[in-house]
Amino acid sequence: MSSRDLVMARVRRALADVPRAETPSEVAVERTYLRRHGDRTPAETADLLAENLADYRAVVHRTHTAALPALIARLLTARNATTVVVPPGLPADWLSATDIRRIPDTADLTPHDLDAVSSVVTGCAVAIAETGTVVLDASPDQGRRRITLVPDHHICVIRVPAQVVDSVPEALERLDPARPQTWISGPSATSDIELDRVEGVHGPRTLEVVLVTED
Amino acid sequence: MSGPGHATYLGMPAFPKAADTSTRDTQLRANLRHATHTIRAKRATAVAELDDWGKLRAAGAAIKDRTLRHLDHYLEQLERSVTAAGGQVHWAADADEANRIVTELVRATGEREVVKVKSMATQEIGLNHALAAAGITAYETDLAELIVQLGDDLPSHILVPAIHRNRAEIRDIFAAKMARWGRPAPDNLTDAPADLAEAARLHLREKFLNAKVGVSGANFMVAETGTLVVVESEGNGRMCLTLPETLISVVGIEKVVPTFQDLEVFLQLLPRSSTAERMNPYTSTWTGTTDDDGPRTFHLVLLDNGRTDTLADTVGRQALRCIRCSACLNVCPVYERAGGHAYGSAYPGPIGAILTPQLRGTQSELDASLPYASSLCGACYEVCPVAIDIPEVLVHLRERVVEGGPVSVRGTRTVIKPAKGHAAERAAMRAARWALDHPGVLRTGQRLASRTRRFHPRRLPGPGRAWSDTRELPTVPAESFRDWWQRTRATNDRSTP
Amino acid sequence: MRVGLFITCVNDTLYPRTGQAVVTLLERLGVEVGFPTEQSCCGQPQFNTGYRHETEPLVRRYATAFRDYDYIVAPSGSCAAMVRDNYPRIGAKAAAEGRGQELSEAAAAVVPRTYELTEFLTDVLKVTDVGAYYPHTVTYHPTCHGLRMLHLGDRPRALLDAVRGLDLVELPGAEECCGFGGTFAVKNAAVSAAMGADKARNITATGAEAVCTVDNSCQMHIGGTLARQGSTVRPVHIAEILASTEGHVW
Repeated sequence: MSSRDLVMARVRRALADVPRAETPSEVAVERTYLRRHGDRTPAETADLLAENLADYRAVVHRTHTAALPALIARLLTARNATTVVVPPGLPADWLSATDIRRIPDTADLTPHDLDAVSSVVTGCAVAIAETGTVVLDASPDQGRRRITLVPDHHICVIRVPAQVVDSVPEALERLDPARPQTWISGPSATSDIELDRVEGVHGPRTLEVVLVTED
Repeated sequence: MSGPGHATYLGMPAFPKAADTSTRDTQLRANLRHATHTIRAKRATAVAELDDWGKLRAAGAAIKDRTLRHLDHYLEQLERSVTAAGGQVHWAADADEANRIVTELVRATGEREVVKVKSMATQEIGLNHALAAAGITAYETDLAELIVQLGDDLPSHILVPAIHRNRAEIRDIFAAKMARWGRPAPDNLTDAPADLAEAARLHLREKFLNAKVGVSGANFMVAETGTLVVVESEGNGRMCLTLPETLISVVGIEKVVPTFQDLEVFLQLLPRSSTAERMNPYTSTWTGTTDDDGPRTFHLVLLDNGRTDTLADTVGRQALRCIRCSACLNVCPVYERAGGHAYGSAYPGPIGAILTPQLRGTQSELDASLPYASSLCGACYEVCPVAIDIPEVLVHLRERVVEGGPVSVRGTRTVIKPAKGHAAERAAMRAARWALDHPGVLRTGQRLASRTRRFHPRRLPGPGRAWSDTRELPTVPAESFRDWWQRTRATNDRSTP
Repeated sequence: MRVGLFITCVNDTLYPRTGQAVVTLLERLGVEVGFPTEQSCCGQPQFNTGYRHETEPLVRRYATAFRDYDYIVAPSGSCAAMVRDNYPRIGAKAAAEGRGQELSEAAAAVVPRTYELTEFLTDVLKVTDVGAYYPHTVTYHPTCHGLRMLHLGDRPRALLDAVRGLDLVELPGAEECCGFGGTFAVKNAAVSAAMGADKARNITATGAEAVCTVDNSCQMHIGGTLARQGSTVRPVHIAEILASTEGHVW
């Protein structure tokens, strides 16, 4: 007997108390929990997102579409960035105000190559206000997962209000499980020393989030 | 290169004996008190932010119960969806088989080193030892696991395996041991947590960048889509899950949830219960393999190792709802004083006290002592985000220890005998029950105690010392309540004979 | 209304004053109190140590003893919780073992009528001011089974707040277990003693003259630890405070 068959047979024996005719959906799951916590206007939701991102030490900036390229240029300059990784589908104008050297996100880019890069600029799939989370799903404006991991500085642009939801349930409704996802809530952190949180371990130690209001 | 630490839980003493030593370790007591009290208040605040916590908790429990009652269905569905997404599924009936599978998979890559995400399942099966025996070095990359590995120590907490170490001890371990494993600690390393985190970043960076094989567990597996989820903080998880060419995930069969949307419950329950955050810094999800993004090869090793035996017990089954948040450890007064090592397992604290004796059985002295490692205060049940009634299961397992009874062992239904060493207690319990079931006998005993009360010693000999070494004995009154009632009231009460 | 006093074996044998206080208090509130002498122990020591089958005769005994009462009142959160939470489980397990519904029926007959003292006062009699007078500084330790199994909540505090002369001081870490836990106190004596020592230190630090609980079993451990530490704080059951008046302080 294969181990698969062995384990499956054990599972079935263990569940001898479950009526054979019972289907999974007959086991009641009451979903009376809230779809979102509180009713907010889109502006209030964006404010909450900014507040919660900042609470977990992301640096939050707010701007509008026309001013976005200048802001990104300023953030890269302030960081003394010399190179920036660019996802293949990043809107061209986002980096139009900076002449910093661009590194395209291509398959031959090794982890060591990425380690030598200063910054990365991406969009996102969705952002969650209640938890201060941005979700990346490796779409063309976000690139492969590794480009937002190895460089120490990540600038993530969120389109407000289009990409902002209130809650975790609302975010999941928008996401495609087939795509690899990275949920990011602030820069990397640890609670491993005396159960007290400190920021900055392996992931980018500086996370700058730009909430851009569409003109 | 020396292999991973040779520290092991094997052959550890019963809980009371281990705790007798650890409760006297004032440094350990201070470290645990500081850490657990820090997180307790924060968890309460994070939970209080959500008005619907009780409903989320009930839904979390219900989703897990639905899954467990139909685990065969969901495992088959999971296997199909992972395979369809490009993953390879392996089945391991026990720890040895899981270790064998992982070792073979690593060997097949030609690599001799792996980077690891913190994983309870691989701690449980002792994977690092097995890999070391095969000449493969496993590098733990979670900060706390790194502290444990460098210190040749054992994990003592589910979330923070090095919780028994304070910052000064961590500094000393890093300064003394990092060089043996790779990049040495910076000179003049301080014990500031930010500096310690920086030292870990530098030490592990080369290992991440060069890693060809990653080993992980998973917090959740979605049957419907084949998606795996790892919840973490530091980014070491992302490194291990995305940079290597091969990813091997060892996951207990109970970690499956039916649908992707079901994550909406657990991704709210887990971070707030665990690190007391609205959301943990990083959560990674992946579904099979993705072209040019992340590992080219993905293996999922589904682990039984006693889980089906646990599933077979209709009371104990609820322990399989556990999402490993560790809230129960952080509120447990027994854990706080005894420390995690006394539980002799990768799963310490209240959840360990009900999980370990079900996964391993109650035959060893240590495992038989675990259900008693609780005052039944109920703080664990109160904070459990999936409503595991830990006190109920503890008492249920105590019964298994002293009375034996029907259980499942490696998938076979059998009847076990009581654990050894309870004969005197059983006789005493039977005698007490007999006396209590004969109030006349009880009254005679009370009267005898009252009459001799002036001669009662302040400290008891033999087993009674366990009480009187630290506590005064209550003084026996001159008259029991029932005698007082009889003397003063009996004539007025029709229910008194 | 006929009220049966479930004194509990610990109070019967070691703390009869508590029982006398309950009788005094309830009679002062106009309640007719009965004491069926065929009662003994709720069976918690056996049950919580794993001897469920040894508990079964005591479930039957309890059900029989209190058959004729409208309410069953126990001056113990732990013993009341044993009846309410665990008697139905004992019945269900007996049924699952093919021994019929008898124990389940016995449990079902007593569970809805069983009250811990402060619950009975606030929920059934609907009083919080019981006319008590107790001129002492008191700190309150909410015992675990009252707190987390019966969910007594603010009931005991509301009763204490209404006591004239009583100065209630906060106990730091109040909701942490004292470490008694029945047979836990001897099976895991080191941890139990460490928990008790911390609890006793917190109690002494409040400066209170007395520590009040709804459970004398926990008090036996707390009081024994306080005495061994040389503390002068007295353990006192809430019934003794509530029974006290200007004429007679217990």
